Amino acid sequence: MFYMFSGIILICSLLTITTRKILRAAVYLLCVLLATAGLYFMLNYQFMAAVQLTLYAGGIVVLIIFSILLTHHISHRFKHPDITKLLMGIGAAAVGSGLVIATILSHSFQAGSTPELPVDMTVIGTQLLSTEKNGYVLPFELISILLLAAMIAAIVIAKKDKNKNSEI
Amino acid sequence: MIQGIPLEHFLIVSTIMFFLGVCGFIIRRNLITMLMAIELILNSVNINFVVFNRYLYPDQLQGQFFSLFIVGIAAAEASVAIALIINIYRKLQNIDVENVNELKF
Amino acid sequence: MTGYTYTVFIILIPLVMFLVTGLLGMKWRPIVSGLLGTIGMGTSWALSLMTAGSYFFGGAHHAEGFQSIIPFELTWLRFTETLIIKMGILLDPISVMMLVVITTISFMVHLYSLGYMHGEKGFQRFYAFLSLFTFSMLGLVIATNIFQMYIFWELVGVSSFLLIGFYYQKPSAVSASKKAFIVTRFADLGFLIGILILSFVTGTFDFAKLTEPGTAIFGSAASMSFMGISAMTWAMTLIFIGGAGKSAMFPLHIWLPDAMEGPTPVSALIHAATMVVAGVFLVARMFPVIHFQAPAAQEIIGYVGGFTSLFAAVIAITQYDIKRVLAFSTLSQLGYMMLALGVSGYGGEEGLGYMASMFHLFTHAMFKALLFLGAGSIIHAVHSNYMYDMGGLRKYLPITHITFLIACLTIAGVPFLSGFFSKDEILVAALHHNKILFAVEFIVAGLTAFYMFRLYFSVFWGKDRHYHHTPHESPLVMTIPLMFLAVASIFAGYIPFHHLVTSDKIGFATEMNYMVAVPSVLIGLFGIAMAWILYKKESDVPAKLAKSWGILYTATYNKFYWDEIYLFVTRKIIFNYISRPIAWFDRHIIDGFMVGIGLVTEKVSYQIKGMQSGQLQHYAFMFVAGTLALALSMIYFLM
Repeated sequence: MFYMFSGIILICSLLTITTRKILRAAVYLLCVLLATAGLYFMLNYQFMAAVQLTLYAGGIVVLIIFSILLTHHISHRFKHPDITKLLMGIGAAAVGSGLVIATILSHSFQAGSTPELPVDMTVIGTQLLSTEKNGYVLPFELISILLLAAMIAAIVIAKKDKNKNSEI
Repeated sequence: MIQGIPLEHFLIVSTIMFFLGVCGFIIRRNLITMLMAIELILNSVNINFVVFNRYLYPDQLQGQFFSLFIVGIAAAEASVAIALIINIYRKLQNIDVENVNELKF
Repeated sequence: MTGYTYTVFIILIPLVMFLVTGLLGMKWRPIVSGLLGTIGMGTSWALSLMTAGSYFFGGAHHAEGFQSIIPFELTWLRFTETLIIKMGILLDPISVMMLVVITTISFMVHLYSLGYMHGEKGFQRFYAFLSLFTFSMLGLVIATNIFQMYIFWELVGVSSFLLIGFYYQKPSAVSASKKAFIVTRFADLGFLIGILILSFVTGTFDFAKLTEPGTAIFGSAASMSFMGISAMTWAMTLIFIGGAGKSAMFPLHIWLPDAMEGPTPVSALIHAATMVVAGVFLVARMFPVIHFQAPAAQEIIGYVGGFTSLFAAVIAITQYDIKRVLAFSTLSQLGYMMLALGVSGYGGEEGLGYMASMFHLFTHAMFKALLFLGAGSIIHAVHSNYMYDMGGLRKYLPITHITFLIACLTIAGVPFLSGFFSKDEILVAALHHNKILFAVEFIVAGLTAFYMFRLYFSVFWGKDRHYHHTPHESPLVMTIPLMFLAVASIFAGYIPFHHLVTSDKIGFATEMNYMVAVPSVLIGLFGIAMAWILYKKESDVPAKLAKSWGILYTATYNKFYWDEIYLFVTRKIIFNYISRPIAWFDRHIIDGFMVGIGLVTEKVSYQIKGMQSGQLQHYAFMFVAGTLALALSMIYFLM
């Protein structure tokens, strides 16, 4: 099961960055995200998986597709990337992944032996809004404010300039 | 469900995914594709967090929460980025990153 | 004892006048600022007279002498618990006397300038500076501590600089003002170091504590010495250097003759009556300290004073510029005052020199201001500074003539005029303490009479010169100060100074010492007679005499080449051998280093700016590559 998801993730990631049709790239991305959600389900983190599905797969991908439709024709095809850039990217990726994988393999992880915490909605909700130790109310609030600011900023940036419009 | 799958395999998958994202960010011209590459990177980091949480500290929830926050930040980032992209498109009539090179010496 | 709070207005009024006329003066008609300044000064004058009246004669006269009164004091800067700088007013005999002198002369000069400066460009500026000067000078004399005195001392220097350079479009005035400023500044450095040593030794700035007889604060000073000379001698000598700079003692005298480039009323106020006596005043103020703690410094003061007076008197004989004659005469008289302080003892009859010095300061202020204002009146009429452009003026300028004659007689020490009394007492004090200095002063007395009457005769007698227009008497506003000062010159000698201003503030009785008085009068009369013979009638005797003295005459005429010596030292030696190498070092090494840094940065920037391509993906690649390189080196090379 894991290897199936991993395979989907890897293949679709590769396709996402190599396909020459942008809408397809978005769809491949969606596949990656869905497979990731599958991994979360496998790990028994249903809430995480749900968030992944709704926010990522549902929200962000829809946003991306929306913007693609705003800025491209469906039939748009990319040019082939520069050879230098290709080399640069592949080189960096190869060296980086080699380094990291080597490091991972040379390191033995101590698996935790403590019993597993039951991860249901109640626990997550309480801890998310708790002000005690292990409480996350402060980052939570920060994130909410950041999101609000980002939304407003997005609107302001993308808003059409009225003066400019009237000139045109 | 996860028995028999070592932690390292998850990490290798996420590493490859991360560097595919980096590679995509560097080689693709299109701003939206670059944005997707960033999503890949973030996603791989998410996997890492969750997996570490699961394997190493199953009695705690920090990893999950970090992933949650990363998802939130990714959403914010995506919205702002798309707003910028739309604006750039309005100005330049395309969204090639090579055309966005005003900010130099 | 607290009834003197109003004295604060004596010094505040000039300050306010300075600010008002300085800031707003240009908006008014010139005469408004002049009148305003004069009225303000008059008020100050009245207040000073009132202070003096109630201080000297208002019942404050106890058997143990006059008290020092501090009617007003505020803490200005509190650095540490022990280092506190205060601002205040100190009333004691000499400061009250100085208040009277300064405000009197200043008021006269204000009044006189209404006529003299009439129609000059910068009339308001002139009055603003006059007020500033008066303010600083008053602040100097009433200072309660030596630090306050130093502050006002510098202010006086600045206002003197501004006033000498009043005609700032005239190059000679500009260079004279610079010269005065630099020379006095140089001396002030000594003063400052002296203050620092003194306050280091004693831990206080207060005059009250310093000058208290038998005080214990010098306990630690005896053990301190530097280069074999005790710390107190150093401190006092350095402070005296400051005083010598302001009072133009030899060899720092060179600025005073040049300072005559300023308007004549300024010369009268600053360079005759008030600022130049600041040095004398400083020495008098510190007198108990100098006398008891640093007798060697007192010796120096005496000899410097004596030498300066002789030196200046000799030069004065040969000068032709009327104001320069007066300037050298001032130098000579200042030398007298310093000498008197140098030979004085402390307390009672012993303090005769101190008393005589202050007495002479007072009378000299009156008659020298009178001489300068008279000279101003002459210059006003003739439009020339040179004696050979003048002659036979007694017919045209009757009031100036009479008052000038009175002043000359006074300075020559003719009996029953004020100069006679004060000079006589200096001679007596010198006779008691130092025979050599007495001899010097005796000769100088004759020389003084001679050069003053040389000036007098050649200006007012002799043949008429060719004038551009018939010289006319100055307006009333100029002659009233002349008349007032003439009266003051005659009668100032009858003020019982030995009861009022003494070293230990206790009065003592003096009597005429005929052994001294008669010869000094005789030598004065001899000098006058010589001048009468040589200059009464136009003749070629002086020129022949001058020729027969040859080199000596030329040297004297050129002020013994002191200016040239200074110029040589500064320009040739200091400029060439010290400043040039330093300038070269600065320009080539230090600047070069900085320029080099700039150059390298610029070059390198040109080389690497191509990396700022604006291509986002290049940046991203660089970022990733950098991170990887760091990680690699961290993991495989550093661990």
